[in-house]
Amino acid sequence: MNYELIAIGTSWGGLQALSRLLSDLPAEIGQPIVIAQHRAVESPEGALARLLEQHTDRVVRDAEDKDTLEPRHVYLAPPDYHLLVEAGSLALSTEDAVQFARPSIDVMFETAADAYGERAIGIVLTGANDDGAAGLARIKGSGGVAIVQDPDSSERRRMPDAAIAAVDADAILRIEEMGPFLYGLCCEVARA
Amino acid sequence: MSEPPALPRRAEDLERLEIELLLEGVFRRYGFDFREYAQASLKRRLWRRVYAEHLETIAQLLDRLLHDPRCMERLLLDLSINVTAMFRDPSFYVALREKVVPLLRTYPFTRIWAAGCSTGEEVYSLAIVLQEEDLYEKTRIYATDINEAVLERARTGVFPLDKMQQYTQNYINAGGQRSFSEYYVAAYDSAQFSRSLVDNVVFAQHNLAMDRSFNEFNLILCRNVMIYFDKALQDRVHALFYESLETFGVLALGHKESINFTAFADRYEELDSNERIYRKVA
Repeated sequence: MNYELIAIGTSWGGLQALSRLLSDLPAEIGQPIVIAQHRAVESPEGALARLLEQHTDRVVRDAEDKDTLEPRHVYLAPPDYHLLVEAGSLALSTEDAVQFARPSIDVMFETAADAYGERAIGIVLTGANDDGAAGLARIKGSGGVAIVQDPDSSERRRMPDAAIAAVDADAILRIEEMGPFLYGLCCEVARA
Repeated sequence: MSEPPALPRRAEDLERLEIELLLEGVFRRYGFDFREYAQASLKRRLWRRVYAEHLETIAQLLDRLLHDPRCMERLLLDLSINVTAMFRDPSFYVALREKVVPLLRTYPFTRIWAAGCSTGEEVYSLAIVLQEEDLYEKTRIYATDINEAVLERARTGVFPLDKMQQYTQNYINAGGQRSFSEYYVAAYDSAQFSRSLVDNVVFAQHNLAMDRSFNEFNLILCRNVMIYFDKALQDRVHALFYESLETFGVLALGHKESINFTAFADRYEELDSNERIYRKVA
């Protein structure tokens, strides 16, 4: 299978987990990455992107409406918007918060599943609520890959626990194991 | 005979076909054109309506829509309510005061179009800024939306009381000059905003997807409305706005919207790049 999109959801503890994941990610992985990280509405413009960019040489920025998905780019759901995935591009929405969250990880995952089906990889990282579980199940149900951070190694385990309860995950990994695993999915399988 | 189109093979293909038929049906039955709305959010809203009606498929929803106009009213609400807040993005209102208000002062009379105003939070915020800047008396605001029902809500100026704490904070961050509570009266769980804020507002139905320009404006606000449109429809609405702005008129978009990739990019200059405020120059 040729995977074409990596979608990551996280909340409490996400900054550290994302920093580590992005810094470990093998350079050969070119798939665009979309991230929904719960954050405060008033967080300064582009602050999270600047923090994450210190850990990777990929382009990291807040998504804009109708952005075309480019290889080796990392797109963040902007504060107070839902990030929706379309085929090859992104869209934003200010619809109601889902489970009190905007951005909602579920919304991003569900639209990623719709647009990319079996070509999507979904990853749930540390977090202190249940967002992302239903969406990850959708990705898996559409034939995509479901990966969850090992709850024991997560700063907050509730989000990974909820995902594991909702999905028969393809892999439950510590953060440092994710880079090599993604390399296997995105690079080796494609070559075989 | 021409070749038949490719038949749907997978569940997603069938769903896409159902959505196309529904949008075509709605257009031909009621004249509302949602065929160029962005797919992902449209699909989410359609499914929400399917479940709310206790149906199972989008095709079943089409059946009900065709035969029951009240179902169409409910769907129209789903598709036209865009959740917003008073003084959403306070930094935008700071830029409005600092960069747009001085321009508006140069006109003897100002016409403003709030396009896709939904339930009116932005219109009331704008009116407050104009009152505090002593511009309101010589301003007319045209607030339009596709849906008469949400306009009716906007006209009442009643917002949930439990939002006032957040709106007050937004108002302060937006450079508000008074006490926010001066603008409303609390009654039970509602906040009734001052009628003086809508003295110079005309609420009118207008469909960005289909209707033409109806005036020439000094300022057009259309924030977080076109994110629900696909690229082709966005381009058409940009043409409509360009045509509706006088030279040196100002266009304000949402924080994550841009005119950079439209045909009109070089017809505007940036007044504030972060706040996506543009000025028509050519």
